[in-house]
Amino acid sequence: MTMRVPSALRLSPRWAPYVLISPFLVLFAVFGIFPLCFSLYLAFQSWEPTSGLGAMEYVGLGNFAFALEDEWFWKSLKNTLWLGLAAGVPQHLVAIPLAVFIHTSFKRLRDAVIGAYFLPYITSTVAIAIMFSSLFSTDFGLINAGLHSLFGGENIDWLGKAEHIKPAIAFIVFWRYIGFNVVLYLAALQTIPKDLYEAATMDGAGPWQQFWCITLPSLKPMIYFGVTLSVIGGLQLFEEPFILTGGKGGPDQAAMTSAVYLYRLAFDFNDFGGASAMSWLLFIVVALLTWLTNRAFRSRRSEA
Amino acid sequence: MTQATCVQRRALLAAGLMSALPGARGGERRTLTVAAFPLVDEIVKAAIPHWRRLHPDVDIQVVSRQYADHHTAITTALSTSVYLPDVMTLEASYVGRFSQGRGLDDLSQPPYLAAQYRSRFVPYAYDQCLNQRGELVALPTDIGPGTLLYRADLLAKAGLGPADLTQSWEAYVNAGVKLKATTGAYLISNAQVVKDIVIRSGLKPGEGLYFDRDSRVLVNSPRFVRAFELARSVRRNKLDARVNAWSNEWAEGFKRGTLATELSGAWMVGQMANWVAPDTKGLWRVAQLPDNTFVSYGGSSYAIPRHSAPARKALAWALIQLLTLDPAMQFAAFKSQDAFPALLATYDDPFFEEPLPFLGGQRARMLWRDAARRITATQVHKQNNFADEVIGTELDNVLEHDKDIGRALADAYRLLGRRAHR
Repeated sequence: MTMRVPSALRLSPRWAPYVLISPFLVLFAVFGIFPLCFSLYLAFQSWEPTSGLGAMEYVGLGNFAFALEDEWFWKSLKNTLWLGLAAGVPQHLVAIPLAVFIHTSFKRLRDAVIGAYFLPYITSTVAIAIMFSSLFSTDFGLINAGLHSLFGGENIDWLGKAEHIKPAIAFIVFWRYIGFNVVLYLAALQTIPKDLYEAATMDGAGPWQQFWCITLPSLKPMIYFGVTLSVIGGLQLFEEPFILTGGKGGPDQAAMTSAVYLYRLAFDFNDFGGASAMSWLLFIVVALLTWLTNRAFRSRRSEA
Repeated sequence: MTQATCVQRRALLAAGLMSALPGARGGERRTLTVAAFPLVDEIVKAAIPHWRRLHPDVDIQVVSRQYADHHTAITTALSTSVYLPDVMTLEASYVGRFSQGRGLDDLSQPPYLAAQYRSRFVPYAYDQCLNQRGELVALPTDIGPGTLLYRADLLAKAGLGPADLTQSWEAYVNAGVKLKATTGAYLISNAQVVKDIVIRSGLKPGEGLYFDRDSRVLVNSPRFVRAFELARSVRRNKLDARVNAWSNEWAEGFKRGTLATELSGAWMVGQMANWVAPDTKGLWRVAQLPDNTFVSYGGSSYAIPRHSAPARKALAWALIQLLTLDPAMQFAAFKSQDAFPALLATYDDPFFEEPLPFLGGQRARMLWRDAARRITATQVHKQNNFADEVIGTELDNVLEHDKDIGRALADAYRLLGRRAHR
């Protein structure tokens, strides 16, 4: 039994593709394109938001000039770069050997091990932040208890001191995203032809030489991809520091990343124009660093 | 239950029918929306039965959100003029910020004409709702007169009386040294708390906290130097527990008696009695803040958004009048939620003279009533929140890294100067 759709309601083949793709396009336009354009527009306006949309006033490049002269903007950018490097570089330095180890040593348990490493990535940031804030607790935290039993010494105020909060957050970010990178590298490892290793073994190359001369060069495209994602993700770091510091950015704003600062500038300090200008400046930084990453990987490729 | 839904459905049907008939109106139910944060939401809900008697055809819907979410939500609603509630609750620290814009109705203008009620409110609470243009953007409902809570038993052990705490700020610190030596208890949770009050004391009327009327930065004035020096001497004498308000360690300090005093709003007594440290009942007393300082800690007010539905504005105003000007309503909120009334008509009631069991029978409300009348309003600048944070951070630098006070305040001055006119 088939239902007959009245011909008036039937989609003509000419329109069908557009109609079928429209749900995505509509959502993307509303939640993607529109905010993008609106923030670009806002970046050139001075706006007291509680007065309504009509209260905007064109200020030209004033917001950009303010942002570039703002000490806290540079401070937040430095924090972001610090956290990006301290959390991002170890991610790859550990993920590559780890992926090789999992790839060569696990057979049946392989998926379970990958799952375990991947779990933090799909866990809610809020849950992670709550868990770590109790792990990092000064007097009752497991981390201090562990450090104390190993090295002795005084308890460290991880989240309350400017000099300690950055390493604490970098560690959480590292822990959270390592599994994701391991999965990336495992996928790349599976595409390296086995005969390369067989030939290398025949020629008498040891495992170390095989890693340096076969595995690492073959992983290069994936390293490029992974590093690019880390650069973009690192520069947009928001959730972990935001939740761990109660939305404030921590003592001496030591954990206030650029994303946290521009959120605060808009919603805590009521400066939506300045915050929009800053978000576009941040976009320029992201684009620049992505381009530099691209160059770094390309130049070596052309040498080879 | 089913009967109620039946009636509702019938009413809806009837409303639908009536609206279909040309010219037929009336009998239709209207709903007034009130946006509020916890405790004020309870106060509004508690007033609904009374409201129903006055306006049987108007429902009240309370949209309740957590404190910060509430203020973010109303900022968004005001900026887009969409989903505006008919009545907005504003917490004291946000009134200044919202009053800068033009999103709220001036209640001193027709049809409200609320300026005539000025003398009915605690002076500072009313003045705090006026913005720089002289518009009345809200009406106050509850206030938080500042008070000094102290552990009478610990003080007695150290051979001190309440006067030793309150004579001057220097006396307060000296008493702290004695307290620490004899009882081991900290004077205060955090040195920042002392700074927060001292920068608020001795303000000239109309002078702002961080900026003056013309947005000139005031943080290099003697009041800030003094506040920083006092906070530093608290820290150097190891008199503060270095915990933040509302943290677990903070609450634990009160439970275990390692914190001997607290500087806060009168409502703190209720918080202590209810959940922070109920077992310390009878051990606490209150006094006026040291050095005859009178400052306010929070409070709430009601406002009407400029672009809310015009048809319901009269009703919204009626509700605000009921909640703020009716002594019975103000009293109900005082008794059930510890919301200290802003309405002076309530102040002669014997309720103020009742002894408070948590304070060992002290008649503390009389003290707070006196304080409320002596608080002066401070101008709130648009960059107030930012300034709060900058000053807090600079004091941290002084306390933690021994930064020179002059340099710390000069750095703050520079940062605020750049923002002053944004």
